[in-house]
Amino acid sequence: MTIARTAARRTLAVAATAALAVGALAACSTGADATGGGSPDDLDAALEAGGELTYWSWTPSAEAQVAAFEEAYPNVDVELVNAGTNTEEYTKLQNAIKAGSGAPDVVQIEYYAMPQFALADALVDLGEYGLDELEDQYSASTWGSVNVDGKLVGLPQDSGPMALFYNKTVFDQYGIAVPTTWDEYVDAARRLHAADPTKYITSDTGDAGFATSMIWQAGGRPFEIDGTDVTVSFQDEGTEKWTGVWNQLVEEDLLSTTPGWSDEWFKGLADGSIASLPIGAWMPGVLESSVADAAGDWRVAPLPTYDGTAVTAEHGGGGQSVVKQSENPALAAAFLRWLNSDPASIDVFLESGGFPSTTADLEDPEFVGLESEYFGGQKINEVLTQASKDVASGWSYLPYQVYANSIFGDTVGQSYANKADLNEGLADWQSQLVEYGNEQGFTVGE
Amino acid sequence: MTTTSPAPAAVIAPPPPRRTRVRARSEWKGLAFVAPFLVVFLLVFIAPVAYSVHLSLFREQLVGGNAFVGLANFVELFGDAQFWEGFARVVLFLLIQVPIMLGLALVAALAIDSARLHASGFFRIVIFLPYAVPAVVAVLMWGFIYGDDFGLAANVNDWLGSEVITPFARNWILVSIGNIVTWEFVGYNMLIFYSALRTIPTDLYEAAELDGAGPMRVVTGIKLPALRGAIVIATIFSIIGSFQLFNEPNILRTLAPNIITTFFTPNMYAYNLSFSGQQYNYSATVAIVMGVITAVIAYVVQLRGSRKEER
Repeated sequence: MTIARTAARRTLAVAATAALAVGALAACSTGADATGGGSPDDLDAALEAGGELTYWSWTPSAEAQVAAFEEAYPNVDVELVNAGTNTEEYTKLQNAIKAGSGAPDVVQIEYYAMPQFALADALVDLGEYGLDELEDQYSASTWGSVNVDGKLVGLPQDSGPMALFYNKTVFDQYGIAVPTTWDEYVDAARRLHAADPTKYITSDTGDAGFATSMIWQAGGRPFEIDGTDVTVSFQDEGTEKWTGVWNQLVEEDLLSTTPGWSDEWFKGLADGSIASLPIGAWMPGVLESSVADAAGDWRVAPLPTYDGTAVTAEHGGGGQSVVKQSENPALAAAFLRWLNSDPASIDVFLESGGFPSTTADLEDPEFVGLESEYFGGQKINEVLTQASKDVASGWSYLPYQVYANSIFGDTVGQSYANKADLNEGLADWQSQLVEYGNEQGFTVGE
Repeated sequence: MTTTSPAPAAVIAPPPPRRTRVRARSEWKGLAFVAPFLVVFLLVFIAPVAYSVHLSLFREQLVGGNAFVGLANFVELFGDAQFWEGFARVVLFLLIQVPIMLGLALVAALAIDSARLHASGFFRIVIFLPYAVPAVVAVLMWGFIYGDDFGLAANVNDWLGSEVITPFARNWILVSIGNIVTWEFVGYNMLIFYSALRTIPTDLYEAAELDGAGPMRVVTGIKLPALRGAIVIATIFSIIGSFQLFNEPNILRTLAPNIITTFFTPNMYAYNLSFSGQQYNYSATVAIVMGVITAVIAYVVQLRGSRKEER
């Protein structure tokens, strides 16, 4: 009996612990303190005075950049923290913002997530420090991404105009020409898979970032934001252009089901079973470091189009922002200005294989003309910098895009899993996004 | 607290008013002993529960701030198809995986206790070892085994020449997870059973032998009845474990993102509601409802178990 009683007590204890876990994570909420205005002079003064900063980033160049900064400004001590990659970091940042303390001074945020943190009023308007004068230094699409509701909430670091990365060895082996339109791409997919059933044109198990960028390229603009008035609609012509092409690949089982960024995915890229990737221009660095075995196999071509007119979209990429919790926002802004506009910092960034957002580098003949050994001597930046000029304008992400992407698998992913019409999955995604938005106080139309 | 502290004065001359004063003082002393526990108990146990209940009565929006909504979150939850889908999944898991796991654990414990097994100490350790592997590591390892492109599953499929083993397919994923959980916890439950078996007085066995009972009769007549309490405990732990299923599906999600949804189990749902959706209030509601359901079911199991014991 005593055993049974202890067990009952433990049961209660465990039940309560479940509740405890939730209680602990929902720390008390306080609004971020509004910081006072500043000016460009403040930044130089802050650098002079020095101080301590915390910087969250998962970029491979962060460590070397921080070292270079501290050498140039010995008064400033920057503590670099890798708080996890994308959503992992956003969760921590979100919790710190909600708790009212614990956030870093400067934080890396991808473009798609910036509106969400801007909406929470967690980011400093860098226009207050005159950083809006740097506009000319950045490509138009990245500058558009860091401006939310008339506020400059970050400075762009990298960019990811999409291009088609393809395994030339595999393409040559099966006599497949590099596709320039999506119809040719579907055709190539069929021929490749028919010739060798273990090979696929690409892998896609449903990725929100990829899907939204493909819709962006096709001319769809599913998200429209005007303050708290939001429209979500996947019924436009652009979206249907993309699903028209991609449905053929999904329904005919022409896509590898290996999830992106898994170990198996990297193996597939190395052994040729995943023969191409429509992906952001930051991919060369990833291929070189993680798919070293395939050196010489890969090449880059412009992203296929629907009608032959060169157009592409941004895929991934991001910048850094100053968090309002920062006790020294002027110093944080000064560090950020150096990080994303000082040539010394950008050189470090380029060396680590990053693809820039700064026009000076995108137009630098040395950068553009660089012959990549990994890509068999191809001048890949000629293709990629051209892509950055061909990015279609007018795209916006939802002010709750991080959440939206998290439920992509629940909705559109089901179409992928069932090899069924993507439009059905998108309609499901849409209805959940509308419901969530309305629950959260937005006015969401379809 | 019935312990009386030594009070010599009271023993010598016990006038009534004084005695009550002494008793009062000793009660305060008792409280002083309990206080450290009580403070921690209130702080880490009662306060978070109370705070969760408090949270569940509000709704904070990204736009528009925080508002008291009464029981609206609970009403919404009872009509939430995603929550009930996850709940039904863990109930199904519970009904199939737990009997298999406890059955295996029971057989293992009886075998090791039977004294007919060579190197029983070796088997005891080997069966228990998976429990010592951190759950995250175990799931990652199984993920590699299950991989149907490059994993062991792929090798077996290659050898058989067809796609027979597909651990990440929609119809098999729950079986795959059940297999991992069984592998992890058979040893733990076996140890609970085994230690209960070791407490059986040996004279019972001697008496049984004198009465001419065979080994199977000893198992059904002595060992199983003696194990009843341990089985009830193991069942309750397993019910709690099933309702809290989180680690295994959450880690496998990276390998089967479309099959394992964000609301695959109630715990995953609560986690994703708060960490991706910032719906802390609704997440607290999920946790409270799951906590109450778990407590009620565990209590019913315990009542049934103890009733049998009395009979």
